[in-house]
Amino acid sequence: MGPLPQWLRPYGAAVRFLIVMTVLLGVGYPLAVTGVAQVLLPHQANGSLVRDDGRVVGSALIGQDFAGPEWFHPRPSAAGEDGYDGAASGASNLGPNSPELRALVEERRAAVAAENGVPESAVPPDAVTASGSGLDPHVSPAYAAIQVDRVAQARGLSPAAVRALVAEHTTGRALGVLGEPGVNVLELNLALEQAR
Amino acid sequence: MSDSLAGLLQISLAVALLAALRIPVGDYLAHVYTSPRHLAPERLVYRLCGVDPDREQTAAGYLRGVLAFSLLSVLALYGLQRLQNWLPLAAGMGPVAPGTAWNTAVSFVTNTNWQTYSGESTMGHLTQMAGLTVQNFLSAAIGMAVAIALVRGLIRRRTEQVGNVWVDLTRTALRVLLPFAFAAALLLAAGGVVQNLSGLTAHTTLDGGSQLLPGGPIASQEAIKELGTNGGGPYNANSAHPFENPTAWTNLLEVLLLLLIPVSLTRTFGTMLARSGAGTRRHGLALLAAMGIVYGLVLAGVTAAEAAGRGTAAQAAGAAMEGKEVRFGEWASALFAASTTATSTGAVNSAHDSFTAFGGGLALFNMLLGEITPGGAGSGLYGILVVAMLTVFLGGLMIGRTPEYLGKRIGGREIKLIALYILATPALVLVLTGIAMALPSTRDAMANGGIHGFTEVLYAYASTANNNGSAFGGLNAGTPFLSLTTGLAMLFGRFLPIVLVLALAGALARQQPSPVTAGTLPTDRPLFVGMLTATILIVTGLTFFPALALGPIAEGLS
Repeated sequence: MGPLPQWLRPYGAAVRFLIVMTVLLGVGYPLAVTGVAQVLLPHQANGSLVRDDGRVVGSALIGQDFAGPEWFHPRPSAAGEDGYDGAASGASNLGPNSPELRALVEERRAAVAAENGVPESAVPPDAVTASGSGLDPHVSPAYAAIQVDRVAQARGLSPAAVRALVAEHTTGRALGVLGEPGVNVLELNLALEQAR
Repeated sequence: MSDSLAGLLQISLAVALLAALRIPVGDYLAHVYTSPRHLAPERLVYRLCGVDPDREQTAAGYLRGVLAFSLLSVLALYGLQRLQNWLPLAAGMGPVAPGTAWNTAVSFVTNTNWQTYSGESTMGHLTQMAGLTVQNFLSAAIGMAVAIALVRGLIRRRTEQVGNVWVDLTRTALRVLLPFAFAAALLLAAGGVVQNLSGLTAHTTLDGGSQLLPGGPIASQEAIKELGTNGGGPYNANSAHPFENPTAWTNLLEVLLLLLIPVSLTRTFGTMLARSGAGTRRHGLALLAAMGIVYGLVLAGVTAAEAAGRGTAAQAAGAAMEGKEVRFGEWASALFAASTTATSTGAVNSAHDSFTAFGGGLALFNMLLGEITPGGAGSGLYGILVVAMLTVFLGGLMIGRTPEYLGKRIGGREIKLIALYILATPALVLVLTGIAMALPSTRDAMANGGIHGFTEVLYAYASTANNNGSAFGGLNAGTPFLSLTTGLAMLFGRFLPIVLVLALAGALARQQPSPVTAGTLPTDRPLFVGMLTATILIVTGLTFFPALALGPIAEGLS
């Protein structure tokens, strides 16, 4: 076989380059990172799982839906049909002037105010809006605060004890300046269960 | 601490870290692209590929290599998606539908990473790793290689040769992207980004319900997704997903990663000029200054708009928190949005569609600037160099002298290539948006009607033609028309500019530079920074003002 015609020559190199790089970057690199992460960082690499008596009840990073009065409630969610679907992350994508979003916000505000026995003006923005992922594990400290009395009453605990648990599961800004403070809802609810 | 003070300190920290990294990273890149030595693993790659690393190519030869590799990559990635159910590590996924597979193959090969699918329910692990991750590395490497070829064209004199494409790609992948991505992936994993080979696993929730948790080799892909200014996330929610971006500090790390290479390349440019005697380090700083001014203005605008939270729905909620995560809030979301749209990355940590009219409008404007502030990996540098040459041409017209940049004349052939470059992407954006708006099927694909729906469509073509890849997610981009035309926008939006830039590199390399005289416009001084900034804003403003007036400006003022 003679040499390839000139216009075809780069394709010979390109095919081989793609194969070599696929092995190196597409198989070697991710598997090497997986190996190192599984050895050095097994907790994080496997999803920061949260256990209750050894049973996995979720991930500290992924929000769950909690509905009853004895639980702290998460934000509204647009992930999947019923929200908090781990296989269907996503946002509502409704615009800032969307009449549909405005109606949803007003409906949620009335419901949150009623279930927690607070005036509508006390309901913070994160309680009436869906997150970008639909899996937000946090609520704002303000949204946790208005839920304290309801949860304390439903569980027969003192509001002060519940408030202390909320404070324990509140994280401030990273390095003091990054992002915003939040309360991890799953970890807080787990602590409530274990406080019984 | 007040929200605004914390937010300002957050931005200052990002800027300070970037400033500290720019010089060592930029100089390291300059070394990578000028060193005569080949490392042992690189020699092995050249031997396996049958290329002679010491034989340089003409601009045409370089271009043939880029195009041949990209064409084969599209075909291979299409095939991999269509056949993934027959291959290992499918994680239970079936074959990807033909329209989605075409759009995705083009999207990742062009460094766009526009996504019309949900990763967690469409792509198997092998497709993510051997297909998408590989293109995340190599599409970024192509952008960087083309930029370096243009820099060589400016530096070299009376030669046809602009470098060897296989050497530039191999060195970029092995000496730069691979080690940086490896380190970043482990940092991200330490912050909570998952890295395993599991599929969706079910568990019983605390209150007795059930939930699926996704898995996958996410940290490895997340690192190169930001570092290579790609943006295509393994999950649908992208960097808003807690498994891709779990904390406020991983968020800052991701912002740094996506800005790192475009910003450092301005130093690489300055260093290569200084070492060859073709110019000074200040030439690189001048480009960075113009990029930084425009980036800073847009960042300030997006942050102010999101913190103010205007819009009837946002005001009803009390703040623009729809589509934003609690751990990020408005400031970190605005920082990410301004950075991802300025760098042609297109990763998102919040839903741009739900941003306020001016906040989302500025993200759109950022892409329409042509992705040069600081732009994508490599594409940002070659893009701003083209605009810098346009600026000296405009300056030359004003004073009636032959325009020169670094001693190279911007003559008839050069200015034709520059003009075509400047026109290519705006033509794609405006023509395709016009056609799409005329079709009834587009209206059905919008999530929001009226003005905001128009902005969704304009954003889609701005994002694809400029190889950004972020989206106003409400638009159902999977319709046959949108899937086909966004694919074409990505393809032409990537390769028309590359063809023109390499042609320009060849034309410049052939020239003997003219000596500097008293009449030469200095291109490393504040005056030039001002002219360059004005050119960027005026060219974009004149081109897109009517379209922006129909969309975000109208919505913001109504």
